[in-house]
Amino acid sequence: MKHKNKKIIIALSIVVLLIIFFSIYLSSLNFEVLNPKGIIALQERNLIYLALGLSLFVVIPVYTLLILFAYKYRASNKESDYKPNWDKNAVLETIWWVIPSVLIAVLGYFTWTSSHALDPFKKLSPQSSKNLRIEVVALDWRWLFIYPDQKIATMNYFKMPVNTNVTFYITSSAPMNSFWIPQLAGQIYAMPGMNTELNLSSYQTGIYRGLSANLSGIGFSNMTFNDDVVSTSDFLNWVNNVKASNNALSYQKFLELSKPKVDSSIINFSNVDTSIYVKLINSYMNPVEKYKTNQNLNNPMAM
Amino acid sequence: MIYFASFLIGKLNRNAIPSDLMTLGAAVSIVAGLIFGALIITYLHKWKYLWKEWFTSVDHKKIGIMYIIVSVLMLIRGGVDALMLRGQQATSVGIHHGYLSSYTFAQVFSAHGTIMIFFAAMGMMFGIINLVLPLQIGSRDVAFPFMNLTSFWLFFAGMILVNVSLGIGDFSAAGWLAYPPLSELQYSPTVGVDYWIWSLEIAGIGSLLSGVNFFTTILKTRAPGMTLTKMPMFAWSVLCTTSLIIFAFPILTVTLTLLYLDRTMGMHFFTAGAGGNMMMYVNLIWAWGHPEVYILILPAFGIFSEVVATFSHKRLFGYRTMVGALVSITVLSFTVWLHHFFTMGAGADVNGFFGIMTMVIAIPTGVKIFNWLFTMYKGRIKFSQSMLWFFGFVGLFTVGGVAGVILAVPPADFQLHNSLFLVAHFHTMIVGGVLFGYFAGLSYWFPKIFGYKLNEKLGRLTFYLWFIGFLLAFVPLYILGLLGATRRIDHYSASLGWQPLFIIAGVGVLVIASGVFVMILQHVVSFLNRDSLKDKTGDPWNGKTLEWSIPSPAPFYNFATTPIVHSHDFYWDVKNIIKHEPKEINDILMPKNDSNAPIIGITSVFFGFAMVWHIWWLALVSLFVIVAILLKRFNDENPNYLLSADKIVELEENYLIFRQS
Repeated sequence: MKHKNKKIIIALSIVVLLIIFFSIYLSSLNFEVLNPKGIIALQERNLIYLALGLSLFVVIPVYTLLILFAYKYRASNKESDYKPNWDKNAVLETIWWVIPSVLIAVLGYFTWTSSHALDPFKKLSPQSSKNLRIEVVALDWRWLFIYPDQKIATMNYFKMPVNTNVTFYITSSAPMNSFWIPQLAGQIYAMPGMNTELNLSSYQTGIYRGLSANLSGIGFSNMTFNDDVVSTSDFLNWVNNVKASNNALSYQKFLELSKPKVDSSIINFSNVDTSIYVKLINSYMNPVEKYKTNQNLNNPMAM
Repeated sequence: MIYFASFLIGKLNRNAIPSDLMTLGAAVSIVAGLIFGALIITYLHKWKYLWKEWFTSVDHKKIGIMYIIVSVLMLIRGGVDALMLRGQQATSVGIHHGYLSSYTFAQVFSAHGTIMIFFAAMGMMFGIINLVLPLQIGSRDVAFPFMNLTSFWLFFAGMILVNVSLGIGDFSAAGWLAYPPLSELQYSPTVGVDYWIWSLEIAGIGSLLSGVNFFTTILKTRAPGMTLTKMPMFAWSVLCTTSLIIFAFPILTVTLTLLYLDRTMGMHFFTAGAGGNMMMYVNLIWAWGHPEVYILILPAFGIFSEVVATFSHKRLFGYRTMVGALVSITVLSFTVWLHHFFTMGAGADVNGFFGIMTMVIAIPTGVKIFNWLFTMYKGRIKFSQSMLWFFGFVGLFTVGGVAGVILAVPPADFQLHNSLFLVAHFHTMIVGGVLFGYFAGLSYWFPKIFGYKLNEKLGRLTFYLWFIGFLLAFVPLYILGLLGATRRIDHYSASLGWQPLFIIAGVGVLVIASGVFVMILQHVVSFLNRDSLKDKTGDPWNGKTLEWSIPSPAPFYNFATTPIVHSHDFYWDVKNIIKHEPKEINDILMPKNDSNAPIIGITSVFFGFAMVWHIWWLALVSLFVIVAILLKRFNDENPNYLLSADKIVELEENYLIFRQS
């Protein structure tokens, strides 16, 4: 008996140790979805907690009843009641139609209001001329960021000022991608010939990881970028530096650039043709030429 | 000369043989395995037996067994894919790039999803429905036995096509639902997507025919007296599932056809430009895809309803609310498809509506769980292997349901969509819900089909391995999703610190693999001990439904006399209240074996292959052959034979003598 206890204690302590190690390991990680640095991501995280919390009102009774009934009415327990033909009870059945319905009604209310409040197309208030506009183009397999008001562009990274409302206009010159910066806001698809929008604002400077969340071909895993949130003055300095660089981006050059390539290098552009974004979207209205140019370029097993 | 060659073999050329060793090795080992199997069959002189007793048999029980054998093989194939994915993600970090190229990796995850849903889960579902449904409603066979066999062979043909892609050409690298424009010719110029299209087209038509068949079977061939509200719960779940199949699968067929027209004829349904609209495809594929997951889960709900009631030795609690919940899930499942793409930029009204509808489905599902729990209340619960799968199911499905409710809130979904959190969610539902349900059903009905029970000890070990393996494999994925890890990545930066979680998940898949191994061992051990595990009564679990009133294994004619049903849980009442009265045995009209169906199936493989490689003459010829066979079969005026009453009496008496001994 003593021997058995010893074994149990050893086993338990191993489990406890493993849990401790695992917790230490987990605490070293950045839970980006649960660790927001922008007002949109913050509200989205709170919604996750709300839905989780409301669900517990059903989960806890289910687990409790499951364990309780399984234990109490086990076949070997001859003491317990046995009512083989007890098969309906209007009160009980009403209870578990009504209570989940009420919970869902509450959550449904928040779903409806939050869908509107956190609609990615909705501009953040207050509106002001200081708001920043960035056009995002998903390429095969890189990200291009165009600042139409500053006439600059960047590849595979971008900077934005802290505490400023930013509107992203998002499209793709590649298959469908999804534009996602977990710590600032949830994702939205980037689609060829389409314009989607995302509004967000960050309340803390720092470098945040961004990525494509939708499969777009062989270079998809490589489609990550950094969002560098800096102070307003740093941002203005940086814009001026980029403007001073001698690397213009015309539509023709953009078409060269958009050929499939797995490449995570960082490039700055000045003197950017601000009509690139609209031209690109419109090109899908009459795309036969484009359709031919891209063919077979990204095919590793071309036959 | 070149024109002639391209007429003869379409796009086929020697580049179609895979160049990387991994794929080539897999293809070679599968072909070697097939040849080895064929040699053994030849050596044992079993070809004739297989053809006469199995391949051409229209007996729904044999068709069910064939479905299950194929689906278990595909479960193993998909499982190997899963191991490869886990191996890549556990090792491809930082400066290391794993052992698979991005392109191979993409093919593997596309194949994993396709095979698991269409050929493992769907196959096992049709297998169980075939085995059980006619017995449960007191029917002699399905409504259309020839069509049933044809469905199986079409399913088989689709399965063959998926696996042919390993050795000739390649498979789709566009994910299991092949979103355009990635799946369009522009971005996927190889035949991979065409293989995907045609294996699903052919298997999908088989599924549709099965749906029609079982729907009709339930509505038209129930035993006298069995009104819809006296039908067992599993039969109800099949009625709901088949009605979903009938409405959903035509959408799949049309969508795939349109994609094929885009790829082959230069049309522009879903292309990025020229008036094509990829968002239309995403809507259409999920208008089929969401009902599809309910198609898979509803029969599992039906199975649990039987298992819980039987092993609690009680009636099912709340029959009417259970039916109500099933029907509401069926209807609602067509109103939620948009929740698969809240992130596509639909307005807040649309997202809000579909979010709320998605949550509403959680209500009837929750009702079912409470009803099962209260079926256990004041029962005498036996912790059999089937019951353990139920406990595992409630534990996991509840967690998966919570994840589902979170994902149903559109702004929360923006943060979780396409992440590993989502992957963990739907695996919880499909493994913890669908697969656990089917496993419960297989161990529950096994004695009815084979005449002996499965070894309990190994069955429980199987469950524990699956359950622990599942937690190890998928809890890390929930965590990874919250860390911001997306699905389908073949490489990630070392500084993120994700590698240990991917390694744990890989270990989990290995534990599940050992569960599969023990499951196979269980069948071997049970077969060797079949004498001591023999089910002599035909009713080993004290069941409630009609299938337990006949001998085990069920005779090929099912019921010697057609039962007349007076109440729901009829057999339970018969045993406990009403005395069983012997009835007069009459001749039975039985369907003959049919060699047309397997020929249609094999011809469909050629048809699909020809469509994939643009070998138009072969496509036309095989289509012509199929139509000709069908015309011949439809004009067969004598597809049935008469089984004489004397013969039945003789067979039944053997059983009665056996039962009394």
